[in-house]
Amino acid sequence: MAGILDFTLNGRQRVDAVPDNLLLLDYLREIVGLTGTKTGCDGGECGACTVLLDDKPRLSCLTLAASVAGRRVDTVEGLGHDGRLSAVQRSFHEKLGAQCGYCTPGFVMASAGLLRRNPRPSDDEIKEALGSNICRCTGYVKIIEAVKYAADLAAQGVAP
Amino acid sequence: MNDVAPVHSIGGYVPMVDGPEKVSGRAKYTADLVRPGLLAGRIFRSPYAHAEILEVDVAAAARLPGVKAIVTGADCDRTFGVLPIARTEHPLARDKVRYKGEPVAAVAAVDDATARKAIELIRMKVQELPAYYTATAALAPGAVALHARRPGNIERDVLFELGSVADGFAEADLVREATYNCAEVCQNQMEMHAALAEYDAERERITVHASTQVPYYVHLMLAQILDMDMSRVRVIKPHVGGGFGCRTEALNVELITALLARKAGGSVRTVITREETFITHRGRPETDIRLKIGLRRDGRITAVECECDQRGGAHSGYGVVTILYSGSMLYAIYDLHNVKYIGRRVLTNTPPCGAFRGHGTVDVRFAFESLLDQMARELNLDPFAVRRANLLTAPTFTDNDLMVNSYGLPQCLDWVETASGWRARQGKLARGKGLGMACSHYISGASKPVNWTGEPHATVKLKLDFDGSIVLLTGAAEIGQGSSTVLVQTVAEVLGLDISRIRIVSGDSDVVPKDNGSYSSRVTFMVGNAAIEAAQNLKGMLIAAAARKLDAAPGDIECLGEVYRAGAQDKGLSFQEVVTAALAEAGTITVTGNYSTIPESHGGKKYRGAAIGGAMGYSYSAQVVEVSVDEDTGVVSVDKVWVAHDCGKALNRLTVEGQVQGSVWMGMGQAMSEEAAYHDGLLVTANMLDYRVPTIFDSPPIEVGIVESNDPHGPFGAKEAGEGSLAAFLPALTNAIADAIGVRFNDLPVTPDRVFAALEKRRRARGNGGE
Repeated sequence: MAGILDFTLNGRQRVDAVPDNLLLLDYLREIVGLTGTKTGCDGGECGACTVLLDDKPRLSCLTLAASVAGRRVDTVEGLGHDGRLSAVQRSFHEKLGAQCGYCTPGFVMASAGLLRRNPRPSDDEIKEALGSNICRCTGYVKIIEAVKYAADLAAQGVAP
Repeated sequence: MNDVAPVHSIGGYVPMVDGPEKVSGRAKYTADLVRPGLLAGRIFRSPYAHAEILEVDVAAAARLPGVKAIVTGADCDRTFGVLPIARTEHPLARDKVRYKGEPVAAVAAVDDATARKAIELIRMKVQELPAYYTATAALAPGAVALHARRPGNIERDVLFELGSVADGFAEADLVREATYNCAEVCQNQMEMHAALAEYDAERERITVHASTQVPYYVHLMLAQILDMDMSRVRVIKPHVGGGFGCRTEALNVELITALLARKAGGSVRTVITREETFITHRGRPETDIRLKIGLRRDGRITAVECECDQRGGAHSGYGVVTILYSGSMLYAIYDLHNVKYIGRRVLTNTPPCGAFRGHGTVDVRFAFESLLDQMARELNLDPFAVRRANLLTAPTFTDNDLMVNSYGLPQCLDWVETASGWRARQGKLARGKGLGMACSHYISGASKPVNWTGEPHATVKLKLDFDGSIVLLTGAAEIGQGSSTVLVQTVAEVLGLDISRIRIVSGDSDVVPKDNGSYSSRVTFMVGNAAIEAAQNLKGMLIAAAARKLDAAPGDIECLGEVYRAGAQDKGLSFQEVVTAALAEAGTITVTGNYSTIPESHGGKKYRGAAIGGAMGYSYSAQVVEVSVDEDTGVVSVDKVWVAHDCGKALNRLTVEGQVQGSVWMGMGQAMSEEAAYHDGLLVTANMLDYRVPTIFDSPPIEVGIVESNDPHGPFGAKEAGEGSLAAFLPALTNAIADAIGVRFNDLPVTPDRVFAALEKRRRARGNGGE
């Protein structure tokens, strides 16, 4: 069975017919073509598919597309303004919070969600917010540095 | 104009040139690629660990609407493998299956759901054979051979004795022997394996996009498996989500996808699951080590005897090389003589192991540094002093003929000793806290490539056109380690230009020169040197053009990057003017830079396989790990790591730090929590919960000290930075735990269960003793 999905994706309204059992992850990647959101595991283990649902981090691999009707979804492609990187994106780039980059969209979205609700997180708060995201490259050291730097950039007026 | 100066691009903190794509979601990985009419590939895998195949029945699957192609072992009788001496693996099993999960058949269908449904309709009939899940079982007398060519199930045995261990042990004041077991571990890179193959039936050509570290090997193996001329194959490497060694071999997923695409006459994308990615494996084998060391009271090592058994899995893969590295890399870190090594690579009915970061060196280094620490304590020697008593003096050749020209281990030791406050703090920490140290090293690129063709080890091309931009063409595979960035920096440095003038194209066999790929930490050293030569060749042409234009001798031309001039008073020519002058002579300029290793670096001939370990240079690492052990629960927390890494010269301090931190952390996973566990040959930890990768909560601050020993052959003095710091973490951890609670763990991973059990055993023993 399919239904009509009417919601806001990266600030733009979108209407699609989607099967009831379609995951938000597959909807974003296969139907919309937003492949920034990644599949890193067989379900709910790695955090690479994290998006923001009404500003809160959500695993799109465990979310039915139909369930976001009437709500706001932001993906990694929706951050930044006028083609420039957002504060979190810039800090992950400049501080080497991304190496292979595959987990990065998930970390970026979880971090953006954190900074939207807590502009000055402590190390422990950062760890709590990113505790369900796995990175295999960095050892997380530079990811923590990146989130702190993103908070600095956001304080200077760059959108998180 | 006198204030014009060349831009310096190396030595600083330079964000990656492909970073903006990665952080914005624009970077395309193989699974992100689509084509019109794209078919979905799925693989049917053996549920049997060891069996003769009687029949593979795909009739029902073929009848399913939407199925466009099915391939089985009957479609390909050719074999593949990374080592030319051991190409024994079929992309789809024929005659026999040798591990649970081995590919047997594959389906291409209109969508993934149909492909999955078709897989469920495939049946296989077999005659089961005895299966061996441990090296011991596979070696038992009378065991059925997995491969007829290897009766007794030994893929490779290695034996050498250089010097006399009997004499060495006789000189020692203390001789100790211990056994160690290191669990099998997997790379578990974040991107699951994927391939997209496009078959052009009209032209009989194929293009394969693959998540690989070595597009060249994929190219070779595609031609071999498809029985196609190499010139009809094109391999493209999109962004790759990590590798850590498992992607240095062409993998069955790439070959199977190509077979499907040809049979379907179209485009097929196969993205395997996380569980299948684990089963594809090529990780570090379970390793049993017996190690015996002789030590004098002054800290000098007098003899080493090491016996090493590796459970290699069902196919050879890189196994011959792995078991050789485990022996040869006993050397080149300390001044050792009188060394005996006995290695066995065993074939078992488990997925094939391969090259994992620190290839072959990690488990032996764990044993070595553990036993050395234990013996130092017994002789009441400081562990730093014991290392310092055994340092090499560079330049030198080791007893097994490894060439060491730069050696920053002494500086690494000094740095971590000071940074960690070792002298003031060691032995004085609170109960349950401890400090441990250890050292490790790694090659900067295997000196001889796996496929020896006589070509240069690396080739880089630079294209300079009318617009004044320089395009760097390389086959070096950027897999997240920063190779593209360091190559751009290298070229920019030689030309004195900002890196923004240079663009890089890597990983498309139609466009870039062949490269031996991203393995054995070779890219910075080999491809970096080739990039320097290419940039110097380009600079020579630009200087010649400027000289003509300025009516000066080339020797009088000063290259200031954006300005070329003859004499300090001359306002000179802008870079664009020089480019225009150069192109007027030659048209669009393409220059080549090559790099070849020198014969002295090719290792020795003192035993069979002694070339393995040969390198142009070796990185060095020293580490101090601080732990807290909760004696009630057995939980070990790593509070802090100090690591010093001798990378020769840090071309990019940001990526060096990132690589060193990542290595240390990956060593932590192996040491503390990661284990590929089997039940009747089934990999039962094939997901990211049961295969316990450390989370951000478990992960300590890692402070990096960069040591620059300036290797005489390295590009600007550089050596590798991405592997050498992994191994030292493992023994530094167990040495720290021994310091904290007086219990030494020789089996990995050191899980809370193991710590708790050891503490319980000690409590009981003390209780019985009346404490």
